[in-house]
Amino acid sequence: MEYGLRPLGREKFWFWVMLIPTLIGLTFGALGSILATLGLSLTNWDLLRPPTWAGISNYLALFNNPAYFKALTNTFKFSAMYVPGVVIISLFVAVLMNRKIHGVSIFRTIYFLPAVTSAVATALVWNMIYGRDTGILNYLLNLLGQPSICWLCTKNALMSVVVVNIWGAIGEGMIIFLAGLTAIPREYYEAATIDGAGTFDQFFSITLPLVTPSIFFQTLISTINAFQAYDYIYMMTRQGQGDSSVPVVVFSIYRNAWNFFKYGGASAQAIELAVLVILLMGFYFWLERRYVVYE
Amino acid sequence: MTKTTQKILLDLVTYAFLTAGAVMMLAPFLWMVATSFKIPADQFTHTLIPNPATLDNFRKLFSFDLNFPRLFMNSAIISLLTVIGQLLTCAMAAFCFAVVKFRGRNLLFTLLLVTLMIPEQVTLIPNFIIFKWLHLVGTSVPLWLPAFWGGAFGTFLLRQYFLTIPRELVDAARVDGASLWQTFWRIYLPLGKPALAALAIFTFQGAWNDLLHPLVYMPTVPNTTLTVGLAFFQTQLTMGGRFTVLMAGALISILPLILVFFFAQKQFIEGISLSGLKR
Repeated sequence: MEYGLRPLGREKFWFWVMLIPTLIGLTFGALGSILATLGLSLTNWDLLRPPTWAGISNYLALFNNPAYFKALTNTFKFSAMYVPGVVIISLFVAVLMNRKIHGVSIFRTIYFLPAVTSAVATALVWNMIYGRDTGILNYLLNLLGQPSICWLCTKNALMSVVVVNIWGAIGEGMIIFLAGLTAIPREYYEAATIDGAGTFDQFFSITLPLVTPSIFFQTLISTINAFQAYDYIYMMTRQGQGDSSVPVVVFSIYRNAWNFFKYGGASAQAIELAVLVILLMGFYFWLERRYVVYE
Repeated sequence: MTKTTQKILLDLVTYAFLTAGAVMMLAPFLWMVATSFKIPADQFTHTLIPNPATLDNFRKLFSFDLNFPRLFMNSAIISLLTVIGQLLTCAMAAFCFAVVKFRGRNLLFTLLLVTLMIPEQVTLIPNFIIFKWLHLVGTSVPLWLPAFWGGAFGTFLLRQYFLTIPRELVDAARVDGASLWQTFWRIYLPLGKPALAALAIFTFQGAWNDLLHPLVYMPTVPNTTLTVGLAFFQTQLTMGGRFTVLMAGALISILPLILVFFFAQKQFIEGISLSGLKR
Protein backbone atom coordinates (compact mmCIF):
# COMPACT_ATOMS: atom_id res chain seq x y z
CA MET A 1 0.00 0.00 0.00
CA GLU A 2 1.58 3.26 -1.11
CA TYR A 3 1.96 5.94 1.47
CA GLY A 4 0.55 9.37 0.96
CA LEU A 5 -1.53 12.14 2.43
CA ARG A 6 -4.71 13.07 0.69
CA PRO A 7 -5.29 16.81 0.43
CA LEU A 8 -8.65 17.73 1.96
CA GLY A 9 -10.97 20.58 1.04
CA ARG A 10 -9.11 23.87 0.85
CA GLU A 11 -5.80 22.04 0.93
CA LYS A 12 -6.37 21.03 -2.67
CA PHE A 13 -5.73 24.65 -3.57
CA TRP A 14 -2.38 24.66 -1.76
CA PHE A 15 -1.48 21.36 -3.32
CA TRP A 16 -1.90 22.84 -6.79
CA VAL A 17 0.02 25.97 -5.80
CA MET A 18 2.96 23.76 -4.86
CA LEU A 19 2.84 21.58 -7.92
CA ILE A 20 2.02 24.13 -10.61
CA PRO A 21 5.50 25.61 -11.29
CA THR A 22 6.81 22.13 -11.98
CA LEU A 23 3.80 21.27 -14.14
CA ILE A 24 4.39 24.42 -16.18
CA GLY A 25 8.08 23.62 -16.50
CA LEU A 26 7.35 20.06 -17.52
CA THR A 27 4.66 20.84 -20.11
CA PHE A 28 6.12 24.01 -21.63
CA GLY A 29 9.77 24.09 -20.57
CA ALA A 30 10.61 20.47 -21.31
CA LEU A 31 8.05 18.53 -23.33
CA GLY A 32 6.74 21.57 -25.20
CA SER A 33 10.25 22.67 -26.08
CA ILE A 34 11.09 19.25 -27.46
CA LEU A 35 8.02 19.32 -29.67
CA ALA A 36 8.86 22.88 -30.71
CA THR A 37 12.43 21.91 -31.61
CA LEU A 38 11.04 18.98 -33.54
CA GLY A 39 8.72 21.33 -35.41
CA LEU A 40 11.48 23.87 -36.04
CA SER A 41 13.72 21.18 -37.45
CA LEU A 42 11.19 20.72 -40.26
CA THR A 43 11.49 24.37 -41.30
CA ASN A 44 14.06 26.82 -42.55
CA TRP A 45 13.99 29.90 -40.37
CA ASP A 46 16.39 32.78 -39.72
CA LEU A 47 13.95 34.55 -37.34
CA LEU A 48 13.83 37.56 -39.71
CA ARG A 49 11.71 36.31 -42.59
CA PRO A 50 8.76 33.98 -42.03
CA PRO A 51 9.76 30.31 -41.74
CA THR A 52 9.46 28.08 -44.79
CA TRP A 53 8.58 24.39 -44.76
CA ALA A 54 11.60 22.18 -45.22
CA GLY A 55 10.22 18.69 -44.56
CA ILE A 56 12.97 16.31 -43.59
CA SER A 57 15.52 18.10 -45.78
CA ASN A 58 17.39 19.42 -42.73
CA TYR A 59 17.91 15.84 -41.55
CA LEU A 60 18.90 14.61 -45.00
CA ALA A 61 21.37 17.49 -45.27
CA LEU A 62 23.14 16.22 -42.15
CA PHE A 63 24.22 13.11 -44.05
CA ASN A 64 26.22 14.97 -46.67
CA ASN A 65 27.45 17.80 -44.48
CA PRO A 66 31.17 17.24 -43.87
CA ALA A 67 31.31 19.86 -41.09
CA TYR A 68 28.54 18.10 -39.17
CA PHE A 69 30.07 14.70 -39.76
CA LYS A 70 33.32 16.00 -38.30
CA ALA A 71 31.49 17.37 -35.27
CA LEU A 72 29.71 14.05 -34.73
CA THR A 73 32.97 12.12 -35.04
CA ASN A 74 34.62 14.46 -32.55
CA THR A 75 31.75 14.02 -30.08
CA PHE A 76 32.11 10.24 -30.26
CA LYS A 77 35.91 10.33 -30.01
CA PHE A 78 35.61 12.73 -27.09
CA SER A 79 33.15 10.46 -25.26
CA ALA A 80 35.16 7.31 -26.01
CA MET A 81 38.16 8.82 -24.22
CA TYR A 82 36.39 10.93 -21.59
CA VAL A 83 33.91 8.42 -20.14
CA PRO A 84 36.34 5.54 -19.42
CA GLY A 85 38.93 8.08 -18.31
CA VAL A 86 36.66 9.67 -15.71
CA VAL A 87 35.22 6.36 -14.47
CA ILE A 88 38.53 4.51 -14.13
CA ILE A 89 40.57 7.36 -12.64
CA SER A 90 37.92 8.45 -10.15
CA LEU A 91 37.33 4.84 -9.07
CA PHE A 92 41.08 4.41 -8.60
CA VAL A 93 41.34 7.62 -6.56
CA ALA A 94 38.30 6.64 -4.46
CA VAL A 95 39.72 3.18 -3.72
CA LEU A 96 42.98 4.77 -2.55
CA MET A 97 41.12 7.25 -0.37
CA ASN A 98 38.94 4.52 1.08
CA ARG A 99 42.00 2.89 2.66
CA LYS A 100 42.04 4.23 6.17
CA ILE A 101 45.00 6.59 5.97
CA HIS A 102 45.70 10.00 7.49
CA GLY A 103 45.02 13.20 5.59
CA VAL A 104 42.19 11.84 3.45
CA SER A 105 40.07 14.94 3.97
CA ILE A 106 42.84 17.22 2.69
CA PHE A 107 43.27 15.08 -0.41
CA ARG A 108 39.51 15.05 -0.94
CA THR A 109 39.35 18.85 -0.80
CA ILE A 110 42.20 19.24 -3.29
CA TYR A 111 40.80 16.69 -5.73
CA PHE A 112 37.41 18.33 -5.59
CA LEU A 113 38.65 21.87 -6.28
CA PRO A 114 38.58 21.63 -10.12
CA ALA A 115 35.00 20.36 -9.98
CA VAL A 116 33.90 23.45 -8.06
CA THR A 117 35.52 26.19 -10.11
CA SER A 118 34.33 27.35 -13.50
CA ALA A 119 35.67 25.76 -16.66
CA VAL A 120 36.03 29.24 -18.11
CA ALA A 121 38.47 30.39 -15.43
CA THR A 122 40.52 27.19 -15.31
CA ALA A 123 40.60 26.96 -19.13
CA LEU A 124 42.41 30.30 -19.14
CA VAL A 125 45.23 28.79 -17.06
CA TRP A 126 45.25 25.59 -19.08
CA ASN A 127 45.72 27.67 -22.23
CA MET A 128 48.82 29.15 -20.58
CA ILE A 129 50.06 25.72 -19.50
CA TYR A 130 49.56 24.32 -23.00
CA GLY A 131 51.15 27.37 -24.67
CA ARG A 132 53.41 26.42 -27.56
CA ASP A 133 56.39 28.69 -26.97
CA THR A 134 55.72 30.01 -23.50
CA GLY A 135 53.80 27.19 -21.79
CA ILE A 136 55.07 25.42 -18.71
CA LEU A 137 54.38 21.97 -20.18
CA ASN A 138 56.70 22.47 -23.13
CA TYR A 139 59.24 24.05 -20.78
CA LEU A 140 59.23 20.85 -18.72
CA LEU A 141 59.47 18.73 -21.89
CA ASN A 142 62.47 20.76 -23.05
CA LEU A 143 64.12 20.28 -19.66
CA LEU A 144 63.82 16.53 -20.27
CA GLY A 145 65.42 17.01 -23.67
CA GLN A 146 62.18 16.51 -25.62
CA PRO A 147 61.01 18.79 -28.43
CA SER A 148 58.02 21.10 -27.85
CA ILE A 149 54.55 19.89 -28.75
CA CYS A 150 51.77 22.09 -30.13
CA TRP A 151 49.16 20.93 -27.62
CA LEU A 152 46.22 22.88 -28.98
CA CYS A 153 46.92 22.46 -32.71
CA THR A 154 44.32 20.47 -34.66
CA LYS A 155 46.31 17.24 -34.37
CA ASN A 156 46.52 17.22 -30.54
CA ALA A 157 43.69 19.51 -29.51
CA LEU A 158 41.08 16.80 -28.93
CA MET A 159 43.38 14.84 -26.64
CA SER A 160 44.48 17.96 -24.74
CA VAL A 161 40.90 19.08 -24.19
CA VAL A 162 39.81 15.61 -23.07
CA VAL A 163 42.60 15.61 -20.46
CA VAL A 164 41.38 18.92 -19.05
CA ASN A 165 37.76 17.74 -19.04
CA ILE A 166 38.75 14.61 -17.13
CA TRP A 167 40.82 16.74 -14.75
CA GLY A 168 37.68 18.77 -14.05
CA ALA A 169 35.42 15.75 -13.52
CA ILE A 170 37.46 13.47 -11.25
CA GLY A 171 36.34 15.25 -8.07
CA GLU A 172 32.68 14.50 -8.56
CA GLY A 173 33.26 10.93 -9.73
CA MET A 174 35.47 10.31 -6.72
CA ILE A 175 32.69 11.35 -4.33
CA ILE A 176 30.16 9.06 -6.07
CA PHE A 177 32.55 6.13 -5.75
CA LEU A 178 33.50 6.92 -2.16
CA ALA A 179 29.81 6.80 -1.27
CA GLY A 180 29.48 3.45 -3.04
CA LEU A 181 32.61 2.04 -1.41
CA THR A 182 31.68 2.98 2.15
CA ALA A 183 28.33 1.24 1.65
CA ILE A 184 30.06 -2.15 1.23
CA PRO A 185 29.78 -4.04 4.55
CA ARG A 186 33.10 -4.47 6.40
CA GLU A 187 32.27 -8.09 7.21
CA TYR A 188 32.80 -9.15 3.61
CA TYR A 189 36.43 -8.05 3.76
CA GLU A 190 36.92 -9.56 7.23
CA ALA A 191 35.57 -12.92 6.03
CA ALA A 192 37.78 -12.78 2.92
CA THR A 193 40.84 -11.99 5.03
CA ILE A 194 40.15 -14.99 7.27
CA ASP A 195 39.88 -17.13 4.13
CA GLY A 196 43.30 -15.84 3.12
CA ALA A 197 42.32 -13.62 0.18
CA GLY A 198 44.88 -10.92 -0.62
CA THR A 199 44.27 -7.23 -1.27
CA PHE A 200 43.97 -7.64 -5.04
CA ASP A 201 41.74 -10.72 -4.83
CA GLN A 202 39.48 -8.76 -2.49
CA PHE A 203 39.31 -5.86 -4.92
CA PHE A 204 38.26 -7.99 -7.87
CA SER A 205 35.90 -10.36 -6.06
CA ILE A 206 34.29 -8.02 -3.51
CA THR A 207 34.87 -4.34 -4.26
CA LEU A 208 34.42 -4.34 -8.02
CA PRO A 209 31.14 -6.35 -8.17
CA LEU A 210 29.59 -4.45 -5.26
CA VAL A 211 30.52 -1.05 -6.63
CA THR A 212 28.90 -1.75 -10.03
CA PRO A 213 25.83 0.40 -9.19
CA SER A 214 28.15 3.40 -8.73
CA ILE A 215 30.06 2.54 -11.90
CA PHE A 216 26.75 2.39 -13.76
CA PHE A 217 25.61 5.73 -12.35
CA GLN A 218 28.94 7.45 -13.04
CA THR A 219 29.10 6.09 -16.59
CA LEU A 220 25.59 7.41 -17.22
CA ILE A 221 26.37 10.88 -15.87
CA SER A 222 29.73 11.05 -17.67
CA THR A 223 28.15 10.09 -20.97
CA ILE A 224 25.47 12.76 -20.66
CA ASN A 225 28.20 15.28 -19.79
CA ALA A 226 30.42 14.13 -22.65
CA PHE A 227 27.70 14.66 -25.23
CA GLN A 228 27.05 18.13 -23.86
CA ALA A 229 30.69 19.15 -23.32
CA TYR A 230 31.11 22.72 -24.44
CA ASP A 231 32.88 25.10 -22.05
CA TYR A 232 36.46 23.85 -22.32
CA ILE A 233 36.08 23.30 -26.06
CA TYR A 234 34.82 26.84 -26.54
CA MET A 235 37.56 28.32 -24.37
CA MET A 236 40.51 26.26 -25.62
CA THR A 237 39.94 25.48 -29.29
CA ARG A 238 38.35 28.62 -30.74
CA GLN A 239 39.97 29.91 -33.88
CA GLY A 240 39.37 32.95 -36.06
CA GLN A 241 35.82 33.56 -37.32
CA GLY A 242 34.38 31.67 -34.38
CA ASP A 243 35.32 28.23 -35.68
CA SER A 244 36.90 25.53 -33.51
CA SER A 245 39.75 23.11 -34.11
CA VAL A 246 37.68 20.46 -32.31
CA PRO A 247 34.08 21.25 -33.24
CA VAL A 248 31.68 18.96 -31.36
CA VAL A 249 27.93 18.64 -31.91
CA VAL A 250 26.98 21.21 -29.26
CA PHE A 251 29.47 23.64 -30.79
CA SER A 252 27.93 22.98 -34.20
CA ILE A 253 24.41 23.60 -32.85
CA TYR A 254 25.44 26.90 -31.30
CA ARG A 255 27.31 28.00 -34.41
CA ASN A 256 24.54 27.11 -36.84
CA ALA A 257 21.88 28.85 -34.77
CA TRP A 258 23.64 31.94 -33.44
CA ASN A 259 26.36 32.58 -36.01
CA PHE A 260 24.71 31.40 -39.21
CA PHE A 261 21.05 31.98 -38.15
CA LYS A 262 20.02 28.54 -39.42
CA TYR A 263 17.61 27.74 -36.61
CA GLY A 264 15.96 24.89 -38.53
CA GLY A 265 19.21 23.12 -39.28
CA ALA A 266 20.47 23.63 -35.73
CA SER A 267 17.20 22.17 -34.38
CA ALA A 268 17.67 19.06 -36.51
CA GLN A 269 21.15 18.65 -35.02
CA ALA A 270 19.79 19.11 -31.50
CA ILE A 271 17.12 16.46 -32.09
CA GLU A 272 19.70 14.06 -33.43
CA LEU A 273 21.90 14.68 -30.39
CA ALA A 274 18.95 13.90 -28.10
CA VAL A 275 18.12 10.72 -30.02
CA LEU A 276 21.74 9.55 -29.76
CA VAL A 277 21.82 10.19 -26.02
CA ILE A 278 18.51 8.37 -25.49
CA LEU A 279 19.68 5.37 -27.56
CA LEU A 280 22.89 5.20 -25.52
CA MET A 281 20.91 5.40 -22.28
CA GLY A 282 18.74 2.53 -23.49
CA PHE A 283 21.89 0.49 -24.16
CA TYR A 284 23.23 1.33 -20.68
CA PHE A 285 20.03 0.24 -18.98
CA TRP A 286 20.19 -3.02 -20.93
CA LEU A 287 23.75 -3.49 -19.67
CA GLU A 288 22.59 -2.62 -16.17
CA ARG A 289 20.11 -5.48 -16.11
CA ARG A 290 22.81 -7.91 -17.18
CA TYR A 291 25.84 -6.81 -15.18
CA VAL A 292 25.00 -4.50 -12.31
CA VAL A 293 24.78 -6.17 -8.89
CA TYR A 294 22.21 -4.78 -6.47
CA GLU A 295 22.18 -6.21 -2.98
CA MET B 1 56.44 -10.68 3.58
CA THR B 2 54.47 -10.24 6.78
CA LYS B 3 51.06 -8.61 6.99
CA THR B 4 52.40 -5.39 8.59
CA THR B 5 55.20 -4.77 6.08
CA GLN B 6 52.69 -5.37 3.29
CA LYS B 7 50.35 -2.82 4.83
CA ILE B 8 53.10 -0.22 5.25
CA LEU B 9 54.17 -0.76 1.65
CA LEU B 10 50.59 -0.35 0.39
CA ASP B 11 50.20 2.80 2.49
CA LEU B 12 53.34 4.26 0.94
CA VAL B 13 52.13 3.49 -2.59
CA THR B 14 48.76 5.05 -1.72
CA TYR B 15 50.40 8.25 -0.48
CA ALA B 16 52.68 8.40 -3.52
CA PHE B 17 49.76 8.15 -5.95
CA LEU B 18 47.50 10.53 -4.04
CA THR B 19 50.24 13.13 -3.67
CA ALA B 20 51.18 12.99 -7.35
CA GLY B 21 47.50 13.37 -8.24
CA ALA B 22 47.04 16.23 -5.79
CA VAL B 23 49.93 18.12 -7.40
CA MET B 24 48.25 17.77 -10.80
CA MET B 25 44.89 18.90 -9.43
CA LEU B 26 46.38 21.90 -7.66
CA ALA B 27 49.05 23.03 -10.15
CA PRO B 28 46.77 25.09 -12.45
CA PHE B 29 45.41 26.99 -9.44
CA LEU B 30 48.89 27.72 -8.10
CA TRP B 31 49.85 28.91 -11.57
CA MET B 32 46.80 31.15 -11.72
CA VAL B 33 47.60 32.75 -8.35
CA ALA B 34 51.30 33.14 -9.17
CA THR B 35 50.70 34.75 -12.56
CA SER B 36 48.08 37.15 -11.22
CA PHE B 37 50.69 38.72 -8.91
CA LYS B 38 53.45 38.96 -11.52
CA ILE B 39 54.36 42.10 -13.45
CA PRO B 40 53.42 41.94 -17.18
CA ALA B 41 57.06 41.52 -18.22
CA ASP B 42 57.25 38.34 -16.12
CA GLN B 43 54.01 36.78 -17.37
CA PHE B 44 55.74 33.79 -18.97
CA THR B 45 58.51 33.19 -16.42
CA HIS B 46 58.58 29.65 -15.09
CA THR B 47 58.59 30.49 -11.42
CA LEU B 48 55.88 30.08 -8.82
CA ILE B 49 57.00 33.01 -6.65
CA PRO B 50 56.29 36.38 -8.30
CA ASN B 51 59.36 38.58 -8.06
CA PRO B 52 58.64 41.45 -8.02
CA ALA B 53 55.07 40.91 -6.87
CA THR B 54 52.38 43.45 -7.72
CA LEU B 55 48.70 44.17 -7.13
CA ASP B 56 48.47 46.19 -10.34
CA ASN B 57 46.67 43.43 -12.24
CA PHE B 58 43.80 43.49 -9.77
CA ARG B 59 43.69 47.29 -9.85
CA LYS B 60 43.44 47.17 -13.64
CA LEU B 61 40.41 44.90 -13.43
CA PHE B 62 38.57 47.64 -11.61
CA SER B 63 39.96 50.57 -13.52
CA PHE B 64 40.01 50.48 -17.30
CA ASP B 65 37.29 49.56 -19.75
CA LEU B 66 36.89 45.99 -18.46
CA ASN B 67 33.97 46.94 -16.24
CA PHE B 68 34.68 43.91 -14.11
CA PRO B 69 32.51 44.96 -11.14
CA ARG B 70 29.47 45.11 -13.40
CA LEU B 71 30.10 41.58 -14.70
CA PHE B 72 30.53 40.40 -11.14
CA MET B 73 27.23 41.97 -10.07
CA ASN B 74 25.41 40.48 -13.08
CA SER B 75 26.68 37.00 -12.25
CA ALA B 76 25.81 37.44 -8.57
CA ILE B 77 22.24 38.62 -9.23
CA ILE B 78 21.52 35.90 -11.79
CA SER B 79 22.97 33.18 -9.57
CA LEU B 80 21.08 34.30 -6.45
CA LEU B 81 17.75 34.55 -8.27
CA THR B 82 18.35 31.12 -9.79
CA VAL B 83 19.00 29.64 -6.34
CA ILE B 84 15.84 31.21 -4.89
CA GLY B 85 13.70 29.97 -7.79
CA GLN B 86 15.05 26.45 -7.70
CA LEU B 87 14.89 26.03 -3.91
CA LEU B 88 11.30 27.20 -3.72
CA THR B 89 9.79 25.39 -6.69
CA CYS B 90 11.81 22.17 -6.38
CA ALA B 91 11.07 21.87 -2.65
CA MET B 92 7.34 22.32 -3.20
CA ALA B 93 7.24 19.74 -5.99
CA ALA B 94 9.46 17.32 -4.07
CA PHE B 95 7.10 17.57 -1.10
CA CYS B 96 4.14 16.72 -3.33
CA PHE B 97 5.93 13.72 -4.83
CA ALA B 98 7.25 12.44 -1.49
CA VAL B 99 4.28 13.05 0.80
CA VAL B 100 1.03 13.75 -1.02
CA LYS B 101 -0.97 11.01 -2.67
CA PHE B 102 -2.52 12.04 -5.96
CA ARG B 103 -3.54 10.42 -9.18
CA GLY B 104 -0.76 10.21 -11.77
CA ARG B 105 1.99 10.75 -9.22
CA ASN B 106 4.26 7.98 -10.48
CA LEU B 107 3.68 8.81 -14.12
CA LEU B 108 4.48 12.48 -13.52
CA PHE B 109 7.60 11.66 -11.55
CA THR B 110 8.83 9.27 -14.25
CA LEU B 111 8.26 11.95 -16.89
CA LEU B 112 10.29 14.37 -14.81
CA LEU B 113 13.16 11.88 -14.54
CA VAL B 114 13.10 11.29 -18.29
CA THR B 115 13.67 15.01 -18.87
CA LEU B 116 16.92 14.64 -16.91
CA MET B 117 18.38 12.69 -19.80
CA ILE B 118 17.40 15.14 -22.51
CA PRO B 119 20.28 17.41 -23.52
CA GLU B 120 19.61 21.03 -22.66
CA GLN B 121 20.53 22.08 -26.17
CA VAL B 122 17.22 20.65 -27.35
CA THR B 123 15.20 23.18 -25.39
CA LEU B 124 17.56 26.09 -26.02
CA ILE B 125 16.35 27.17 -29.47
CA PRO B 126 12.57 27.39 -28.80
CA ASN B 127 13.25 29.11 -25.47
CA PHE B 128 15.45 31.61 -27.26
CA ILE B 129 12.75 32.29 -29.84
CA ILE B 130 10.15 32.88 -27.13
CA PHE B 131 12.43 35.24 -25.17
CA LYS B 132 13.34 37.07 -28.36
CA TRP B 133 9.65 37.46 -29.17
CA LEU B 134 9.15 38.89 -25.66
CA HIS B 135 12.07 41.31 -26.29
CA LEU B 136 13.97 39.86 -23.32
CA VAL B 137 17.12 38.84 -25.15
CA GLY B 138 19.94 41.08 -23.93
CA THR B 139 18.50 41.16 -20.40
CA SER B 140 19.23 38.75 -17.57
CA VAL B 141 15.59 37.56 -17.35
CA PRO B 142 16.00 34.48 -19.62
CA LEU B 143 18.88 33.34 -17.43
CA TRP B 144 17.02 33.23 -14.10
CA LEU B 145 13.31 33.08 -14.92
CA PRO B 146 13.34 29.38 -15.96
CA ALA B 147 14.61 28.54 -12.46
CA PHE B 148 11.11 29.43 -11.22
CA TRP B 149 9.41 26.59 -13.05
CA GLY B 150 11.08 23.78 -11.18
CA GLY B 151 13.80 21.42 -12.21
CA ALA B 152 14.12 17.68 -12.56
CA PHE B 153 17.45 17.33 -10.75
CA GLY B 154 16.50 19.47 -7.75
CA THR B 155 13.08 17.87 -7.37
CA PHE B 156 14.62 14.41 -7.55
CA LEU B 157 17.35 15.24 -5.02
CA LEU B 158 14.95 16.77 -2.50
CA ARG B 159 12.33 14.05 -2.92
CA GLN B 160 14.93 11.38 -2.14
CA TYR B 161 15.79 13.24 1.04
CA PHE B 162 12.18 13.97 2.01
CA LEU B 163 11.42 10.24 1.75
CA THR B 164 13.87 9.60 4.60
CA ILE B 165 11.94 11.87 6.98
CA PRO B 166 9.89 9.63 9.32
CA ARG B 167 6.22 9.50 8.34
CA GLU B 168 5.15 9.33 11.98
CA LEU B 169 6.08 13.01 12.22
CA VAL B 170 3.60 13.87 9.49
CA ASP B 171 0.87 11.69 10.96
CA ALA B 172 1.37 13.28 14.37
CA ALA B 173 1.23 16.76 12.88
CA ARG B 174 -1.92 15.89 10.96
CA VAL B 175 -3.59 14.61 14.11
CA ASP B 176 -2.72 17.97 15.70
CA GLY B 177 -4.53 19.66 12.81
CA ALA B 178 -1.59 20.85 10.69
CA SER B 179 -2.55 21.72 7.11
CA LEU B 180 -0.68 20.54 4.05
CA TRP B 181 1.17 23.83 3.75
CA GLN B 182 2.07 23.82 7.46
CA THR B 183 3.39 20.27 7.14
CA PHE B 184 5.60 21.43 4.32
CA TRP B 185 6.71 24.69 5.92
CA ARG B 186 7.10 23.57 9.55
CA ILE B 187 8.33 19.99 9.14
CA TYR B 188 9.81 19.26 5.74
CA LEU B 189 11.64 22.52 5.07
CA PRO B 190 13.43 22.63 8.46
CA LEU B 191 14.25 18.90 8.43
CA GLY B 192 15.28 19.02 4.79
CA LYS B 193 17.95 21.65 5.43
CA PRO B 194 20.97 19.46 4.50
CA ALA B 195 19.49 18.57 1.11
CA LEU B 196 18.29 22.14 0.54
CA ALA B 197 21.78 23.42 1.30
CA ALA B 198 23.28 20.94 -1.15
CA LEU B 199 20.82 21.97 -3.86
CA ALA B 200 21.50 25.65 -3.19
CA ILE B 201 25.22 25.10 -3.64
CA PHE B 202 24.83 23.05 -6.83
CA THR B 203 22.45 25.58 -8.31
CA PHE B 204 24.66 28.51 -7.43
CA GLN B 205 27.66 26.73 -8.90
CA GLY B 206 25.81 25.86 -12.10
CA ALA B 207 24.52 29.40 -12.61
CA TRP B 208 27.80 31.08 -11.70
CA ASN B 209 29.84 28.87 -14.04
CA ASP B 210 27.33 28.75 -16.92
CA LEU B 211 28.76 29.80 -20.26
CA LEU B 212 26.38 28.56 -22.97
CA HIS B 213 23.21 30.34 -21.83
CA PRO B 214 24.83 33.74 -21.21
CA LEU B 215 26.50 33.42 -24.62
CA VAL B 216 23.06 33.00 -26.15
CA TYR B 217 21.13 35.59 -24.14
CA MET B 218 23.72 38.23 -23.12
CA PRO B 219 26.51 37.93 -25.64
CA THR B 220 27.99 41.42 -25.47
CA VAL B 221 30.37 43.01 -22.96
CA PRO B 222 29.83 44.70 -20.56
CA ASN B 223 26.15 43.73 -20.27
CA THR B 224 26.91 40.09 -19.54
CA THR B 225 28.21 37.61 -16.96
CA LEU B 226 31.71 36.93 -15.67
CA THR B 227 32.13 33.82 -17.82
CA VAL B 228 31.30 35.52 -21.12
CA GLY B 229 33.32 38.54 -20.02
CA LEU B 230 36.40 36.41 -19.31
CA ALA B 231 36.05 34.59 -22.63
CA PHE B 232 35.91 37.99 -24.33
CA PHE B 233 38.88 39.39 -22.41
CA GLN B 234 40.85 36.32 -23.39
CA THR B 235 40.71 37.33 -27.04
CA GLN B 236 41.40 40.97 -26.15
CA LEU B 237 44.16 40.61 -23.60
CA THR B 238 46.19 37.75 -25.03
CA MET B 239 46.77 39.84 -28.13
CA GLY B 240 48.10 42.67 -26.02
CA GLY B 241 50.10 40.17 -23.99
CA ARG B 242 48.34 40.73 -20.66
CA PHE B 243 48.01 37.25 -19.19
CA THR B 244 48.66 38.69 -15.75
CA VAL B 245 45.42 40.71 -15.82
CA LEU B 246 43.53 37.75 -17.25
CA MET B 247 44.70 35.51 -14.41
CA ALA B 248 43.72 38.14 -11.85
CA GLY B 249 40.24 38.19 -13.42
CA ALA B 250 40.04 34.40 -13.40
CA LEU B 251 41.12 34.29 -9.76
CA ILE B 252 38.50 36.84 -8.64
CA SER B 253 35.83 34.98 -10.63
CA ILE B 254 36.44 31.69 -8.82
CA LEU B 255 36.85 33.18 -5.33
CA PRO B 256 33.13 33.15 -4.39
CA LEU B 257 32.84 29.46 -5.24
CA ILE B 258 36.05 28.56 -3.44
CA LEU B 259 34.72 30.34 -0.35
CA VAL B 260 31.35 28.58 -0.58
CA PHE B 261 33.16 25.29 -1.04
CA PHE B 262 35.38 25.70 2.01
CA PHE B 263 32.49 26.63 4.27
CA ALA B 264 30.02 24.11 2.90
CA GLN B 265 32.21 21.23 1.86
CA LYS B 266 30.15 18.77 3.86
CA GLN B 267 26.90 19.70 2.11
CA PHE B 268 28.59 19.59 -1.29
CA ILE B 269 29.84 16.08 -0.74
CA GLU B 270 26.72 14.77 0.96
CA GLY B 271 24.62 16.18 -1.86
CA ILE B 272 26.59 14.35 -4.52
CA SER B 273 26.49 11.12 -2.55
CA LEU B 274 22.74 11.56 -2.10
CA SER B 275 22.16 11.97 -5.83
CA GLY B 276 24.27 8.92 -6.63
CA LEU B 277 23.33 6.35 -4.03
CA LYS B 278 19.61 6.16 -3.55
CA ARG B 279 17.23 5.72 -6.38
